[in-house]
Amino acid sequence: MIAAIILVCSLAFFLQFFVPYCRSVIASSTGHVLSLEVQDVTGISEQAAGDDFARVMQLLMLCPDRPEDRSEIRAIGLYYRILNAVKTTVARLAPSLMAWAEKERGRCTYFAAVALDRRVAFSRDLLAQQIEA
Amino acid sequence: MPGSASYAILLLGTLLEALVVVCAVRRKVLKKYFVLNLYMLLCVFVSLGRYHILTHDGGVKSITYRYFYFYSDALLTIILYFGLISLYVSVFEEMKVERYLRIGAIVLLAGTSWFSYAVVSQSSHRMLTYFAFELSQNLYFVGLVLTYVLWAAVLKMRHTQALLVQLVLSLGIYFSAYAASYSLSNLHPTFYSYVAYMVPVIGCLLPMSWAYAFWRVPDEARLSPQRLAMAGSR
Repeated sequence: MIAAIILVCSLAFFLQFFVPYCRSVIASSTGHVLSLEVQDVTGISEQAAGDDFARVMQLLMLCPDRPEDRSEIRAIGLYYRILNAVKTTVARLAPSLMAWAEKERGRCTYFAAVALDRRVAFSRDLLAQQIEA
Repeated sequence: MPGSASYAILLLGTLLEALVVVCAVRRKVLKKYFVLNLYMLLCVFVSLGRYHILTHDGGVKSITYRYFYFYSDALLTIILYFGLISLYVSVFEEMKVERYLRIGAIVLLAGTSWFSYAVVSQSSHRMLTYFAFELSQNLYFVGLVLTYVLWAAVLKMRHTQALLVQLVLSLGIYFSAYAASYSLSNLHPTFYSYVAYMVPVIGCLLPMSWAYAFWRVPDEARLSPQRLAMAGSR
């Protein structure tokens, strides 16, 4: 019984830390203006829809991997899944929570688009270096 | 002997731990977050020691490995505890309460040690080993509560240093994930085998997030912690 209580408390603590952590990672991308190519490909200019996350992630996976953004993309992917779970369960009972979850899902999508933009720039630099060599 | 996946996780964790120190040196924040980096450096040496024992002294089921694992884990937990206290010192820097924080930390550590001893002395013959395990486990819970209090203090004092905020949140994620895994293994013996796989993965979370923080978040970067907190946030 005590172990179960500690487990529930630990999971609550985990969410208390994980959500602000993901938001702090996402916050680093909010000031980034997407390049025109990425805007064309993703259809995102300023505001992003939460439902586009999977599509942008698919595009992201087509680009060469950048080791430095791997962990943050995974963390945001997990955050997006938690938001989906919130949206389909408890958020149905609270409209304000639904709006919040939807907004956060949109921010996740924008983060993925920024990561895509950075990967495209990274690939371009890599190609330029290879041509010069 | 553990499988190749376990070796891969051990190697990944060790590389990430070394990367934290490298990134801190590169960013010139080694001195500022000295205890955190000392912890990561010791983690690297402990991982190398564990690898040596795994490959030379009979593997994961050997007595040597078990003793080394539990004693080194207790030592690392104590260092991490002081790392957490160093974050407290950074957050409360302007209040000039460093001395009181250090005294409080030592008193709390002594109290946790005494409690662990009291638990172990009633039920064990191999007291020192169980004491190391019990102390380590209790310090994780103390660390989790202290990190939560620290995060509350960061929110209350409107501390805006992005790097510090990320270090605190990463520590909170790490402690709470460990606490959850410990309680899951205590819930039912069948969960223990799953937890055995989870623990090394959780062990990679802290160096991964700290390496990211030291690598990508500039020391002068600022953000509003209130906006990161869940309730009513935009």
